[in-house]
Amino acid sequence: MAISIRWYITVNAIHWRIKKGTMNIAEVMRISWEAVGKNKVRSLLTMLGIIIGVAAVIIMIAVSNGTASAIASQITSLGSNLIFITPNFTRNGPATAAQTGTGLVFTDAAAIQQSVPNVAGVSVEQGTTETVKAGAVSLSSISILGTLPDFPTVRSMTVATGAFFAASDQNNKTKVAVLGPELAQQLFGTADPVGQTVQVGNFYLDVIGVFAPKGTVGSVDYDARLYLPLATVLQYYTPSRFARFLGQRVQTIYVTVANPKLMSDTIDQITLLLDQRHGVSAATPDFTITTQQNIISTQESTTAAFRSLLAWVAGISLIVGGIGIMNIMLVSVTERTREIGLRQSVGATPNDIRWQFLSEALLLSIIGGLIGILVGVGGSWLFGAVGTMKTVVAPSSIFLAFFSAAAVGAFFGFYPANQAALLDPIDALRHE
Amino acid sequence: MNATRTVISTTDLTKTYGMGDASVVALDHVSLEVQSGELVAIMGPSGSGKSTLMNILGCLSTPTSGEYCLDGQDVSGLNKVELAGIRNTKIGYIFQSYNLLARTSALRNVILPLVYDRSHKHTREEWEQLAKDMLERVGLGDRMDHQPQELSGGQQQRVAIARALITDPVMIIADEPTGNLDSHSGEEIMKLLLKLHDQGATIVIVTHDPVVAQYTQRVIHLKDGHIDSVVHNSQRHPLAD
Repeated sequence: MAISIRWYITVNAIHWRIKKGTMNIAEVMRISWEAVGKNKVRSLLTMLGIIIGVAAVIIMIAVSNGTASAIASQITSLGSNLIFITPNFTRNGPATAAQTGTGLVFTDAAAIQQSVPNVAGVSVEQGTTETVKAGAVSLSSISILGTLPDFPTVRSMTVATGAFFAASDQNNKTKVAVLGPELAQQLFGTADPVGQTVQVGNFYLDVIGVFAPKGTVGSVDYDARLYLPLATVLQYYTPSRFARFLGQRVQTIYVTVANPKLMSDTIDQITLLLDQRHGVSAATPDFTITTQQNIISTQESTTAAFRSLLAWVAGISLIVGGIGIMNIMLVSVTERTREIGLRQSVGATPNDIRWQFLSEALLLSIIGGLIGILVGVGGSWLFGAVGTMKTVVAPSSIFLAFFSAAAVGAFFGFYPANQAALLDPIDALRHE
Repeated sequence: MNATRTVISTTDLTKTYGMGDASVVALDHVSLEVQSGELVAIMGPSGSGKSTLMNILGCLSTPTSGEYCLDGQDVSGLNKVELAGIRNTKIGYIFQSYNLLARTSALRNVILPLVYDRSHKHTREEWEQLAKDMLERVGLGDRMDHQPQELSGGQQQRVAIARALITDPVMIIADEPTGNLDSHSGEEIMKLLLKLHDQGATIVIVTHDPVVAQYTQRVIHLKDGHIDSVVHNSQRHPLAD
């Protein structure tokens, strides 16, 4: 409270003096500019802290922004309005006493498609890993994804060469495969994989298509996977022992929603349907429903925490820079005591002296801030161009960094400026 | 110069430092007057109070008691800001060690007091011309762009004199103006001060050098904080006549 009142008075005093035109503002700036220019090396060293601080703020925000936007664009590119349904357990065999329900089964997907309104498409995925061989090349632990013919539509993926498998492949459990582009390159090099044969586990599959590049989303590399008809995977790679009675267990069911505004209503209906089908109560479901939005907001909260940590680090380096300015200003006041005495003797008031040193501190931090912006923007660009990191410079971070620098200059410049203003002219003139 | 007026008038000027038993009386009821156009010397051994008197006359400090009228205005009770204004408009200082701003041209050094001129008597555009005039007046018309380190001691003191003159003060206070100079340069400076005196300037010189005091019309001797004697120079320095 006391501080704010004092600050208010100071600000008003400054304002009043500007209005009264006590001392030419241009002249104050000229004197400061000269003082900064006379000691170029020292000024640069003084500014270094501010330069590093401002550049750090801009680069760190650019990196975290770039990461966030890369994640967001990848997730959205997978298909919008997506609902993921996963089972809460994936054991083979009948449920134990602790587990209620049957788990997620293949026929659940068809039931959702048939009875829930506002559903545009349903896709089922079943993953496993196998060793994949083509000719002399052998790759172990390759992700196999069993899915339905509408997978490319639901997940917004494009087949670059060949075709995706059809409903008939699904029904007939045909041994066909579509490759991710990276995997295709590893197995066949530059040759066209379509029409060739790959050995996946103990079975030979015909390659019928290759996807266009998609990249990595989260921990999943979409380009290094093998895509098979779901029924083929269930039949040959992940057979469940009680499939005849309980249905084929699956790992994920994807649902695309026609109208995103009715998303929560659709989720409620799917929940009711699955509760009923699995014979579980709403309190103890045997499945989990997640949306694209959930994943994005989880990512966002992670990057937000990361970002605020970086902001603190950068903020601390700005404060350290400010202390550097205060240090040099105190040295400067001591060094120039006679000059201060002389200025007082020819008519400088305490406020004139205060202004002179404050504006010098401000000038140092503003020049430091501007250099820091150049270094920060240049550094962000360099990081983006040279490394694999994506950087997006936020205009707001430039303003934030610049005004923080100016505020630091004003804050840490005030004490030395005040020390100078309070000097007694007689003592100052006598100072050796 | 026609009618003279009283520039300095002090009544019982007293300055004490410290409090109670530890207090020291630096100036003890000093009353003096200086008329416009006068050239006066204040002399005294160290500890006599001449520096204290000079600081009060120069409005760098205020008396503990007593009255000081400068140019008809009572300045004994003014605050820091008001005193700064008085120093700016009414007083020109000349220091023993010149006190020029380093790495700053003679011209900018002379302009310095105008920077703090609150009355804005002159516009910024006029500053340079005014400073040039002053430098020409002290014989440094050809050294305006030189920095102090490129000038001799005598030349530096001339720049300081030009700086003291630029605000057209009612008096000039010179504190040992020749103290750092060899005898020849010192004589040159005294000649310049005499010339200004002839042009009507009021000059108070604080010195312990009897040769310097010889140039003046009146010598005020201080001792132990009070005026010991006032000597009117009948035998002035030959240059003074």
